[in-house]
Amino acid sequence: MKLTLKIWRQKNAQDKGAMVDYKIDGIEPDMSFLEMLDVFNEQQINAGEEPVAFDHDCREGICGMCSLFINGEAHGPDRGVTTCQLHMRMFNDGDTITIEPFRAAAFPVVKDLVVDRSSFDRIQHAGGFISVNTSGNTIDANTIPVNKKDADDAFDAATCIGCGACVASCKNSSAMLFVAAKVSQYALLPQGRIEATDRVLNMVNQMDHEGFGNCTNTGACEVECPKGISLENIARMNREYLSASLKG
Amino acid sequence: MALDSKIPNGPIADKWTDYKDHINLVNPANKRNLDIIVVGTGLAGGSAAATLAELGYNVKAFCFQDSPRRAHSIAAQGGINAAKNYKGDGDSVHRLFYDTVKGGDYRAREANVYRLAEVSSNIIDQCVAQGVPLAREYGGLLDNRSFGGTLVSRTFYAQGQTGQQLLLGAYSAMNRQIGRGKIKMYNRHEMLELVIIDGKARGIIARNLVTGEIERHSAHAVVIGSGGYGNVFFLSTNAMGSNATAAWKIHKKGAFFANPCYTQIHPTCIPVSGDHQSKLTLMSESLRNDGRIWVPAKLEDAQAIREGKKKATDLAEADRDYFLERRYPAFGNLVPRDVASRAAKERCDAGFGVNKTGEAVYLDFAAAIQRYGKEQAHIKGLDENDTKLVTKLGTDIVRSKYGNLFQMYYKIVDEDPYTTPMMIYPAVHYTMGGTWVDYNLMTTIPGCFSIGESNFSDHGANRLGASALMQGLADGYFVLPYTIGDYLAPDIKMGAISTDRPEFDEAEKSVKDLIAKFMNNKGTHSVDHFHKKLGKIMWNKVGMARNAKGLTEAIEEIAALREEFYKDVKVPGTDKGFNQELEKAIRVADFLELGELFAKDALHRNESCGGHFREEYQTEEGEALRDDENFAYVAAWEYKGKPSDAVLHKEPLVYENIKLVQRSYK
Repeated sequence: MKLTLKIWRQKNAQDKGAMVDYKIDGIEPDMSFLEMLDVFNEQQINAGEEPVAFDHDCREGICGMCSLFINGEAHGPDRGVTTCQLHMRMFNDGDTITIEPFRAAAFPVVKDLVVDRSSFDRIQHAGGFISVNTSGNTIDANTIPVNKKDADDAFDAATCIGCGACVASCKNSSAMLFVAAKVSQYALLPQGRIEATDRVLNMVNQMDHEGFGNCTNTGACEVECPKGISLENIARMNREYLSASLKG
Repeated sequence: MALDSKIPNGPIADKWTDYKDHINLVNPANKRNLDIIVVGTGLAGGSAAATLAELGYNVKAFCFQDSPRRAHSIAAQGGINAAKNYKGDGDSVHRLFYDTVKGGDYRAREANVYRLAEVSSNIIDQCVAQGVPLAREYGGLLDNRSFGGTLVSRTFYAQGQTGQQLLLGAYSAMNRQIGRGKIKMYNRHEMLELVIIDGKARGIIARNLVTGEIERHSAHAVVIGSGGYGNVFFLSTNAMGSNATAAWKIHKKGAFFANPCYTQIHPTCIPVSGDHQSKLTLMSESLRNDGRIWVPAKLEDAQAIREGKKKATDLAEADRDYFLERRYPAFGNLVPRDVASRAAKERCDAGFGVNKTGEAVYLDFAAAIQRYGKEQAHIKGLDENDTKLVTKLGTDIVRSKYGNLFQMYYKIVDEDPYTTPMMIYPAVHYTMGGTWVDYNLMTTIPGCFSIGESNFSDHGANRLGASALMQGLADGYFVLPYTIGDYLAPDIKMGAISTDRPEFDEAEKSVKDLIAKFMNNKGTHSVDHFHKKLGKIMWNKVGMARNAKGLTEAIEEIAALREEFYKDVKVPGTDKGFNQELEKAIRVADFLELGELFAKDALHRNESCGGHFREEYQTEEGEALRDDENFAYVAAWEYKGKPSDAVLHKEPLVYENIKLVQRSYK
């Protein structure tokens, strides 16, 4: 395959940045999108140019490190996958592909396609945990039975990989789906109910503080989420938030 | 220097309890005056950082990723073992201990493994309390599944994302401590040197990967939880960034490196598709619970399949060779990983491979779909002879068990595994070898500890499935927090350690010199060019089957490649700021040394055991042939300037509770 790549290049956080056009040849349909970028970078290095910086690690869709806004979509045109699982067979010979970083005020660019998502971590510091001592001297794991449906729903929410596609896809740069996934996971489990009130208030407060936008129910986040995290989680978080506010 | 494993005296079942009863403790007020550095935030590092902070120590945690949640433990799929015996199928601490020692082909340290089995139950209690959503049965209690190399169901799981859920549990515990200010988290930082003062580990030099700044960090103890070195093969199931640098830097400063040749080649990975391949994808071993592994029984069928003239589904039952079921009737498709991997390689080498490259075997779910479908039809009172209905019902069950793995396979290979058998081939997955540690998890450098995959201690020559998560969390949550306290007790009055000491100057200089060397090297080839070459040597000559000739060649080739690398590597950009090529260069430089030691270790071990298979040492049936008389020891290597000069130290493995026999899964 022969392709034209339009890639966002930005030296560092202070640099203004711009789209730059490149040509690439010899791409095979079985390559992953990031392997295509590996080939591109190898060419850049051999030509004495600087390779494009992009985040990636596990390359099997679970670590959440890879990002990229490809042809206007977070993680590209395929559904239910991260960029590292996207394959070039989704594109055609001669295509032009635009590659940008995940854009949001709360995700400043570090370099080229790499962004700083530590705002997500800070939301988790505010309440993304259950306050148990990690000594292991707790009750037997089977002491409290958990309804299978609740356990399964909690699991589904917990499969969020924290990549930020929801934020990048949202016209408001809202982090509601990300935060709601964590709030839901704990809200659905008896172990998490104990601190449910403080948790939702603190996490939402931190989310606002980080500069994420509000939710206007367009649902783009759910569509683009590589893990299929459901909008129901946002509804659940809203209920949790409302009841917590009234208690507070 | 004689190795002292510091195994406590007394009966094996009492060792850990007695040990805990007699160690020195640090009172809570004094813990506040002690700093601990933890490098790596996977299951071991993350759980250690959280617990040490919980206890009151000041923790500084480092990871090279943009968040501690990205550590590669997250990719573990299948499950975590624990001797809970919830199923009442005969499990016990002793049985888990026994299975682990046997699975490791009698090359693990008994006392460590027993302790691991002993604390395994606590891990599950702990994780459930933390809100980790492990799989449950309809009655609301936890579910279990069985895994390779055992005869009981002791594996707890969260669909195919057990590692993710456990890691996010440890991450949540870290978050709580970060929020309280007890952990200071350094994301996008890489440890590049250990600082030793008066013979004790007292700090590290790290590079801030965003600004390029070289930073000094001091502490009263340093904990390495940086994972394994599988990426020495370039292609492995490890994450792209997984590296051995922290472990190798401490090795070069005096920590012995044990059993580097013990590497696990995992049988159920997606086969290589071409030269562009950047990494390999593993699919959980749990697939072998329901999938049946086979190749065509006739060579002409295999050839027709490779040429695209026949499909797997064209072959009748009689024309298929379920080679694991044939060779190992008792364990069948659930033999340990090393056995399953070698059996697949044996069939492919004999010409029965089923993809274009001839390096793939089938993993078939058709029988499981029918079995589950009939069961469901029976439960629901529907027609068990309606094939279409049974297939649909069975497919639904298989989807609920392995849905995410099937989807992953489909996205990569572009074939539907519900209707066509999957193709699999072994790939490098886990490294049992690592820094040598004593019973306290301390390396041969006082104050420098090594936990999780980065140490060597618990899995012997082969790790059983669902044991890595268990070991990582056991080390971090429950073992290190005791042993490090015993070490730190004399330091309570010491106060903060200054980073202005000459030892820091010296360590920082060595890091800066190395970086300058790379930046000023006007070479002609990228880092990956060399890394791929190293990977080829390792896979071809130090891979699944090894022999003296190949290993001798590998040692020479790696040494030559290392020289070429330093002369000819090209690192673009600058060292000020974000530079991924520079990060890779530093890591590959270490792999180029580690690879040579790895081959040297494999060459010296004139026996086959677990993941280490020497072609010269096998039974008539092609099984691994151990030599307990001469090799029942841990090979711990001391660094002496270069890998070829490494000095071997032996820790004899004494088995007081388990009798050494030839491992059999027939």
